[in-house]
Amino acid sequence: MRRRAGFLLLLFVALGFLLTPPLWQVATSLKSREQLSMLPPLLPDPPTLENYQGVFAGRPFGRHILNGTIVAALTALLALLLGAPAAFAVSRLAIARARTLLFGFLAVSWIPPIAIVSPMYLGMRALGLRDTWWALVLADTAFVLPLTIWFLTTFFDEIPQDLLWAARVDGATTVGAFVYVALPLSAPGLAAAAIVAFIYAWNEFLFSLVLTSSPAAQTVPVAIALFPGLHEMPWGEIAAASVIASAPVLVLILMFQRWIVQGLTAGAVRE
Amino acid sequence: MTDQVSERRTALAFLLPGALAVTVLVFVPLVWVVWLSFRRAMPVFGVDRFAGLENFVHLFSDSRFWAAAGNTLYFAVVAVSIEVILGLAIALLIHQRFRGRGLVRAAVLIPWVIPTVVTARMWEWIYNPEFGLMNYLLRTVSLISGPVSWLGDPFWAIHAAILADVWKTTPFAALLLLAGLASIPPDLADAARVDGAGLWQVFTQITLPLLRPALLVTVLFRFLDSFRVFDAIYVLTGGGPANTTETLAIYTYKVLFQTMRFGYGSAIALSTFAMSGVASIVIVGLGSRSARATRSPDDAP
Repeated sequence: MRRRAGFLLLLFVALGFLLTPPLWQVATSLKSREQLSMLPPLLPDPPTLENYQGVFAGRPFGRHILNGTIVAALTALLALLLGAPAAFAVSRLAIARARTLLFGFLAVSWIPPIAIVSPMYLGMRALGLRDTWWALVLADTAFVLPLTIWFLTTFFDEIPQDLLWAARVDGATTVGAFVYVALPLSAPGLAAAAIVAFIYAWNEFLFSLVLTSSPAAQTVPVAIALFPGLHEMPWGEIAAASVIASAPVLVLILMFQRWIVQGLTAGAVRE
Repeated sequence: MTDQVSERRTALAFLLPGALAVTVLVFVPLVWVVWLSFRRAMPVFGVDRFAGLENFVHLFSDSRFWAAAGNTLYFAVVAVSIEVILGLAIALLIHQRFRGRGLVRAAVLIPWVIPTVVTARMWEWIYNPEFGLMNYLLRTVSLISGPVSWLGDPFWAIHAAILADVWKTTPFAALLLLAGLASIPPDLADAARVDGAGLWQVFTQITLPLLRPALLVTVLFRFLDSFRVFDAIYVLTGGGPANTTETLAIYTYKVLFQTMRFGYGSAIALSTFAMSGVASIVIVGLGSRSARATRSPDDAP
């Protein structure tokens, strides 16, 4: 009984530490300017939505959301298009040193983005892609692709080999077995990999900051980082923008939690 | 035979687009950054000439670079140590069976998935000297008497950044360690308990040694990630006050995009990469050596 109480206490402390900051941010977003400069009370009284209106007033925040959504969706799509066949080849096809190849891909995640930000900037500028969605999609895909391949390899590894052989016996080509057997069977894995890529691109900051220069392509994190404070910081509006920026990724992770966690941690324990 | 040849061709066709993308977008820039680091390149001023080792020589006498290297290492070592210990505690907690475990596990993921820029802004507001939650809570329990300017004070700023990072990334450490815990067969602990071992003994004698591979992976992943820290601190403090929170990535960014020195900035970027490479080799080396050291007594006949 005492052990149970101790356990619950620790659990409560851990959850309090992890959840208080975002809850405080939500409370802040619902406070008026006057309430922000008063403490206590901790909670908004009465709550107001004026900050949420303020975020969009006189500021292209809607455009930032559009940019972020398109960049993240295209990154997820491109990562799957490039990553799924590669992962299938590593997992199932007879190629020499398949796993070595996988580690070649994974070596990319060892390279800090800051290390290649200067050539990325010069290259995108030379190609005329600076301040476009495509610059961000390409940069984000490059860094999320290794993770996508790793992730999908673990899912393809789970498919019973008999099913793929059966398809081949029935006359399917390798491509056929991939498209009609492997892909449908790993649908949760594909969805989870797409979501991880989407979240990565939606949250990404360094390349989004460096490769854009106007609201034409700036994503939500860049907008929040550069939030203008003329005389004083508009903390209520920043909090409202933060809630809006976090909502999509929170919904995605809570819905697909199980598969995302399975894919992300599979590698760490496999040895 | 022809089947194998055709399958090999299909395999190559499957791999090629992804491999090409990574080569063009990551490995080519990596070669390019090496080339840039040997040049004096300031694109906006039309300066671009070979400079030999000039940038690297300058690096050695650049005290701001060494200060940034020190800040980065301090940040990474302190933050990762706390994250792994707290992460292990949380992993042990949510490894237990209890009602609502799924919900708690989902809640733990929240800090990890929120955009880093958002969490930096969030903590900036919490640290606000006048209206921040931090000072309010600490004054309520009388730990401080007057408001502390957490981000304005050279001593506190780096530690404020560490706390914000610990909050954000401990969940990821917990997740990796939880997966490690799940791979340990439960009958081992049960058997030990039947033999009369206490909770602490089970933890130190069974759980911890078997968790070593997962611990090593967690330390390595977290270290690589915190050594390249950019947004978490850049948005929180901008590297201030007086550059006390300026990390290598932030210094690189400023040299590249505020002073437009692409040659020198590339040299710093390359050195940062090299240092994180050396550090990861050291971590893996230490990790596998301590694994051997603990294994050998049991191996002896």
